[in-house]
Amino acid sequence: MSHTVLVVEDEPNIVLSLQFILKQAGFTVRVARDGELALKAIDDYVPDLVLLDIMLPKQDGFSVCEAIRANRRCDKVKIIMLSAKSRDADKERAMALGADEFVTKPFSTRELGQMVKDIVAFKPSVS
Amino acid sequence: MSGGLVLTVSFLYLGLLFAIAQFVDKRAETKRPLTRNPYIYTLSIAVFCTSWTFYGSVGLAANKGLDFLPIYLGPTFVFVLWSVVWVKIIRICKLHRITSIADFIASRYGKRAGLGGLVTVIAVVGTMPYISLQLKSIATSFRILVGSSESVLLTAPTDPIFFIDTTLIVAIALALFAILFGTRHIDASEHHEGLVAAIAFESVVKLVAFLAVGFFVTFGLYNGFTDLFATAAQRGMTELFTVNADSDYSLWMTMTILSMAAIICLPRQFYITAVENPDESYLRKTTWLFPLYLLVINIFVLPIALAGRLIFEGQSAPADADMFMLTVPLFHDQGVLALVAFVGGLSAATSMVIVAAIALSTMVCNDLIMPLLLRWRWLNISKNDDLTGLLLTIRRVSILLVLILGYVYYLIASESYTLVTIGLVSFSAAAQFAPAIIGGIFWKGGSYRGALAGLALGFLVWLYTLLLPSFAQSGWLPISFIEDGPWGITLLKPYALFGMEGFDRLTHALIWSMLLNIGAYWIVSLISQQTAIERIQGTLFVDVFGHSDDEKDSRYWRGSATISDLQQLVGRFVGGQRVAEAFSGFAASRDINLRKSQTADATMLDFAEKMLAGAIGSATARVMMGSVVKGEIVGLDEVYRILDETSQVIEYSHRLEQKSAELEEATTQLRNANERLKELDSLKDHFLSMVSHELRTPLTSLRAFGEILADNPDVPLEERAQFLNVIIKESQRLTRLIDQLLDLARMEAGQMDWSLDVIDMGSAVEEALAALEGLVQENSVHMNINVPEMLPAVRADRDQLIQVVINLVSNAIKYCNKQKGEITVTVSSETDGVLVNVLDNGRGIPDEIMDQIFEKFHQSAGIGDDKPQGSGLGLAICREIVTFLGGEIWVANDIGGGASFSFTIPRADRQQARLSAE
Repeated sequence: MSHTVLVVEDEPNIVLSLQFILKQAGFTVRVARDGELALKAIDDYVPDLVLLDIMLPKQDGFSVCEAIRANRRCDKVKIIMLSAKSRDADKERAMALGADEFVTKPFSTRELGQMVKDIVAFKPSVS
Repeated sequence: MSGGLVLTVSFLYLGLLFAIAQFVDKRAETKRPLTRNPYIYTLSIAVFCTSWTFYGSVGLAANKGLDFLPIYLGPTFVFVLWSVVWVKIIRICKLHRITSIADFIASRYGKRAGLGGLVTVIAVVGTMPYISLQLKSIATSFRILVGSSESVLLTAPTDPIFFIDTTLIVAIALALFAILFGTRHIDASEHHEGLVAAIAFESVVKLVAFLAVGFFVTFGLYNGFTDLFATAAQRGMTELFTVNADSDYSLWMTMTILSMAAIICLPRQFYITAVENPDESYLRKTTWLFPLYLLVINIFVLPIALAGRLIFEGQSAPADADMFMLTVPLFHDQGVLALVAFVGGLSAATSMVIVAAIALSTMVCNDLIMPLLLRWRWLNISKNDDLTGLLLTIRRVSILLVLILGYVYYLIASESYTLVTIGLVSFSAAAQFAPAIIGGIFWKGGSYRGALAGLALGFLVWLYTLLLPSFAQSGWLPISFIEDGPWGITLLKPYALFGMEGFDRLTHALIWSMLLNIGAYWIVSLISQQTAIERIQGTLFVDVFGHSDDEKDSRYWRGSATISDLQQLVGRFVGGQRVAEAFSGFAASRDINLRKSQTADATMLDFAEKMLAGAIGSATARVMMGSVVKGEIVGLDEVYRILDETSQVIEYSHRLEQKSAELEEATTQLRNANERLKELDSLKDHFLSMVSHELRTPLTSLRAFGEILADNPDVPLEERAQFLNVIIKESQRLTRLIDQLLDLARMEAGQMDWSLDVIDMGSAVEEALAALEGLVQENSVHMNINVPEMLPAVRADRDQLIQVVINLVSNAIKYCNKQKGEITVTVSSETDGVLVNVLDNGRGIPDEIMDQIFEKFHQSAGIGDDKPQGSGLGLAICREIVTFLGGEIWVANDIGGGASFSFTIPRADRQQARLSAE
């Protein structure tokens, strides 16, 4: 069974590119367009990794991250946060909230793909 | 007539005077003084009528007709029309225990000895001619009476009688008499009832004598006034008793003004009217009684003058008209009447000399000698125990001196002048006090320096234009002094100073002296600073009716003196017994017990000072008090200085407070500015972060798909086309974003290139909608467009205006109902411009972001399910454009729920007006 990545992103074109990369790398990709939908999705199933944008409608990435970390079921979920605001303060805040990585847009698809693979591989598969 | 008889009568008369004075004084010790009634008071004021009036008026009338009248008009004016001056002066004299006119002026201008000394000098020098006038009249009348032969009537003999000059004898006799009368008491401010009674008696005598001669002439020699005047008219003397068109009016004016000043400022008039006044209320009767006296004593002046002229006109030598009072009765062999007239003249002369000598001696003693004595340490005057003897001696010597001076002037100058001319010289000197006195009681601004300067200048001019010429005319100075001016400088001719000619000597002197006197007094007062005591005295004098409780003055005595100190001090000048009585009287009146060692309070100090002032004048009294009251007193200046300092401290602290308030305010402003800066900083931070986000987002897609396409050559064609399309769209988005950012930056910086033109809004809206055609169809939105045919033209940048409409409509497309989108664009004409409204059928704008919607990057989040496409700059740009074009833009939620954006653009004609008005 392949690992599942939840992409939380409101920019359709970015979602499209991430879907392509992750599918190509063999992941199952699910998409949530805003923070609320992301949390709803996590209630349905626990992904192996969440690619979490910070600027989201309704509920921003930080609070989604916080919610995931507060969720017992999601103990092993890895989180990579994406931001178009390359501010150190944002990165620190993300790491403090329990994110595993922080990636600044625009990102390199190769590096991001490799990073996702590495992180998921380090973690034993859920099932 | 034998000289012995005349002398006997004279001395009997003087003896009678002395007896009256003695009797009244004695009586006053036990009973209410006889002088305490307004009639006696008025009669004493009639000391104004001297031998000048008695002999001189007749003399003047015989030569100049009515010219003798102004001398009596002036005093009448003052008493009838301006008695308030006297009321004020009398009140001041009583409150401050003023002893003389010098004391009055010195006290008013700060109790300083210099001014009192100057006034005294002027008074003595100025009175000198006046006294000489009296001496001359007595001596002349005596000689005429004793000579009493036909030839003597025309020119009086000048041979010495009893081997000495008669005039000198008269002078010494009068001096002794004045000493006996005037220096029995030491307190010069105390009332001399005996003296006043004697003077009043003399006024009666001279009036009776004058009337007797007048009656004799008018009704004895002629059949009444009509007969006399008719006879005179027949002899061609009409001009003597009618007012002629060619009379010298300036001289009349001068004499009236002079006599007005004289009735106030002559030392003896001031003394008898103000210092010796027993009761203020007597003035009410005096205001008409005194003018009445003047009227009565002048009734027979013309008749006697005319009779004299008629009698002596045929004579070989011109008769001395000044002596008609004697020579007319003598001519008709009325020896007794002549003797009566002589006694009348004697009484007129003696009253003047006595009062003047006493008044002057007080001034000389208190305002001239005492200050000097106090200054000379070697006299050790402040250690001497009893000074009453010294004071009395000084006064007595002063009296003698004044008389001797008068005699000297008589010797030097008076032979060549008539009585009236001599008298007017004195009047002019006394008139110099008028500015300082009148100014002093009506103008608080009059200052010590001003009074000093005015008096000094006026006196100098008087000396130069009246006194020195009189010496020259008598041969004591070269006559060229008058005719060519000193050293031949014609500008300095004493009768035509600086080339002012055409006036008589008196008017000339009055104009110059008063011009300089008043001018200097006024100007120097204005530019000089008053000391504290001057200010206080000025206020006390000017507002005398407001400061009637006389205790206020020296409340400022600080420091201490015991009762016995004070008693000792005052006693040395006034006499121990009298002081002891006065002090216990004071204690009784205030219902207190005085112990010797007790410290005197302010009222007590004030009482002592006033008492001392009564004896030695206010200026000296102040200095003497200063020597006794221990602890650095002479307080007023100090008090003022302390007050000044206090107010300075208060002001300083006030300023400090103000500064601190200012500082506080500045701090607040700084804090606010800092807050604002922080706010701006965070706004800028936010803006930059938003810009970064908006730029990075399309870049992310570009890079991602670029890399995907590069790394995966085998991507299916369909997918490849999709990815490439994304790249194109995102590139466009990026370009648009950059364009908008630049536009906004330019607009905000005011660097936008606007191409303003008069345009039609309808066509602009239609063009905008045409550009959006594709987008509309893509979203299958239904458009309702209401653009009327006729719209007022607006002045705008057409492209920018189209941009606004595109932004609003494309926003509406983004946010309208996704299933059944409907957008209504309405253009309408308003009074001021054109209104454009864009209404969608979406969900409207949440209230919380309503007022931020036109801010940069306030787009979006949370409005729709889908992330709307846009930079978040569109509305901000719209606002910039509309505002620049002079319109307004706003948003509201429609009743149907959708958002309703509106903006206006002013009409071209209105906007033109607005722009040109700016």
